Amino acid sequence: MALPTYASKLERVWHWAYLAICTAIFVFLIAPILVVIPLSFNAEPYFTFTEEMLSLDPDGYSLRWYDSLLTFGMVAPDAPRNAAWWADMWTNARWVNAAKNSIIIGVFATLLATVLGTLAALGLSQREMPARRAIMAILISPMIVPIIISATGLFFFYSNPCEALTWIGLNVQCGRLAGTYPGVILAHAMLGIPFVIITVTATLVGFDQSLSRAAASLGANPRTTFFRVVMPLILPGVISGALFAFVTSFDEVVAVLFIAGPEQQTIPRQMWSGIRDQISPAILAVATLLVVFSIALLTTVEMLRRRGERLRGLAP
Amino acid sequence: MATPLDPHAAIVAEASGLPPAAPLTTADGQPLARALNRSRRKARRQALLLVLPLLAFVVITFILPIGQMLHRSVYNPGFADNMPRISAWFAENPRGTDPDEAAWAALAADLTEAAEARTIGIVGTRMNYDVPGTRSLFTSTGRQVRGGLEPPYREALLEIDGKWASPELWAAMRTGATAYTANFYLASMDLTRDNDGNITEAPKERQVYGMLFMRTFWLSALITGMTFLLGFPVAHLLATLPTRKSNLLMILVLLPFWTSLLVRTTAWIVLLQQQGVVNDIMVWLGIIGDGQRLQMIYNQTGTIIAMTHILLPFMILPLYSVMRTINPSYVRAARSLGATSWTAFRRIYFPQTLPGLGAGALLVFILAVGYYITPALVGGSSGQLISNMIAMHMTETLNWSMAAALAALLLAGVLILYWVYDRLVGIDNLKLG
Repeated sequence: MALPTYASKLERVWHWAYLAICTAIFVFLIAPILVVIPLSFNAEPYFTFTEEMLSLDPDGYSLRWYDSLLTFGMVAPDAPRNAAWWADMWTNARWVNAAKNSIIIGVFATLLATVLGTLAALGLSQREMPARRAIMAILISPMIVPIIISATGLFFFYSNPCEALTWIGLNVQCGRLAGTYPGVILAHAMLGIPFVIITVTATLVGFDQSLSRAAASLGANPRTTFFRVVMPLILPGVISGALFAFVTSFDEVVAVLFIAGPEQQTIPRQMWSGIRDQISPAILAVATLLVVFSIALLTTVEMLRRRGERLRGLAP
Repeated sequence: MATPLDPHAAIVAEASGLPPAAPLTTADGQPLARALNRSRRKARRQALLLVLPLLAFVVITFILPIGQMLHRSVYNPGFADNMPRISAWFAENPRGTDPDEAAWAALAADLTEAAEARTIGIVGTRMNYDVPGTRSLFTSTGRQVRGGLEPPYREALLEIDGKWASPELWAAMRTGATAYTANFYLASMDLTRDNDGNITEAPKERQVYGMLFMRTFWLSALITGMTFLLGFPVAHLLATLPTRKSNLLMILVLLPFWTSLLVRTTAWIVLLQQQGVVNDIMVWLGIIGDGQRLQMIYNQTGTIIAMTHILLPFMILPLYSVMRTINPSYVRAARSLGATSWTAFRRIYFPQTLPGLGAGALLVFILAVGYYITPALVGGSSGQLISNMIAMHMTETLNWSMAAALAALLLAGVLILYWVYDRLVGIDNLKLG
């Protein structure tokens, strides 16, 4: 942003002040995330920079907190690191198990949300779709309604999934969904759906419907049209929607606290109890790994967005 | 080639300038209007079929649970189910009837049965919501009536504990005798029923919810204001910089947006705690002495700072997308007509940013009102919001109906805001990233 040549002295001062303010706000935005990274290499169990760290002394830094992520919860963490140690870690280490759970739940929830969400977005962006606004409002609402309310509802629903049937006079007993993997997966899929809907419908706004008509007129059946013409064009939107859904699941803690059992310990839940009980720099090591993970995700989404715009001819 | 039913063929024919005198027909001689309607119906059916699976999924996993929660907020059968005889007595005798020997006999029989079925705890818990401290009365009486009581029951029960004569308890039992009750909503608005069933203000020491709703509302408004103050200059800078630079700076906004909420909350704990980085820097700079380290976390300040940081991208992104579309020549024109830069900003530029501002402010406010994780971790006791109270009732006091009633009130507030958002901005315009 350049200052016009006719700017007065006061305006020049204000311009520099404005840039300084903006810089300060950017620092506010990014500093908390950046400060976590060096502190996770702290050799001491503190949350501040020690003298050694500030003087860049290698002794002030260590990987002990990253190591503790592997050993925490193991039967014999101090045993020599042979095959048995790794097997012990794979089955018993808390954070490793939490990561496994988070990935399993995240992947299935994402698949469910993406498939259902993409189909619905295709329907929603058709001109003939009746009651589009109302349906859209319902499908987006899991994102708007505070998670604590959804989690409270799910808690009641999962402890007795057939209760609604008794309201209409049917007396059916069915199993509980609370404390099961399918229960958590369904809940996370529900929370991720709005993101898929939003990103895919946004992609479809620029989609030229005459392309699928052209395919049909050339003899392609609807399935071929979808997989060979529509899908490649909206794929960037679908993938970013899927990434949003995965992040939602990967970062979700409230519903897990309410409806999951001890079996479904996920990374956020492990972090939650870590922060609440006694916060140790091991949390910062996890945080750093998650920041790296989000940088990777951000890069992917950004690349997909550009690719999508190029494909749809919105950008050079 | 188009299929015979395709209405487009006829439209093309019409557009190509054929005389419109004869009624339009498709190639196989059907009236065009009918063929068009049929194909529209088919398209509508197809569109609906695509949406239906997801709609069913959301209704079952989201709308239904919310419905069940609303049901729970007015339905609590803990007393009525386990104390059937005394509940029946309450149904037969109107309010104001003094408990006669039949009532005492029913109560004694119910207590004995509940104690044997080990449901007396549930009954006591239900009564405890209305009259604090009564859970132990039920459980201890339950232990003593195991072997059965001898008439006269009134004296027998009063001998176990004199509290059984309390009119407050009898009024509460009368309320509990019907499984459906609005009492949890009354309680969540700091109201209660006196012994005659009239709605009155709750005792001062139990009035917490009104204060919490007010605090939630006030803090959300404050956080919205803060995100506006911080977000506006940044959005303006991003929108006016050349694309290459602004894309680079955009990363600084998007990275926090993509980073885990728990990570950002942890980061603020690390920064703001008394032995934390910010205090260290201030001590090092000599702004404060080592003994005067500021308490910036585990209180309201912590909630405000952390939530402002977390919600800031939700203000910047809509503002930015609106500011991008503002034509800079309007401001230049204003300046050339003699406006000072402040006037040009206030009267020309700012009004054009209002759609983005409205969208961002509503979004931030909606999200802030329902925030749970951050206040729970950094809020201490003075930074707790209504969501934390809901969670407390769900996980600690196990007063689920109360949690459901509070959640229902919060839900009503959020839905009103959502509706306003839809009117002003349109949910179709919600964008991510």
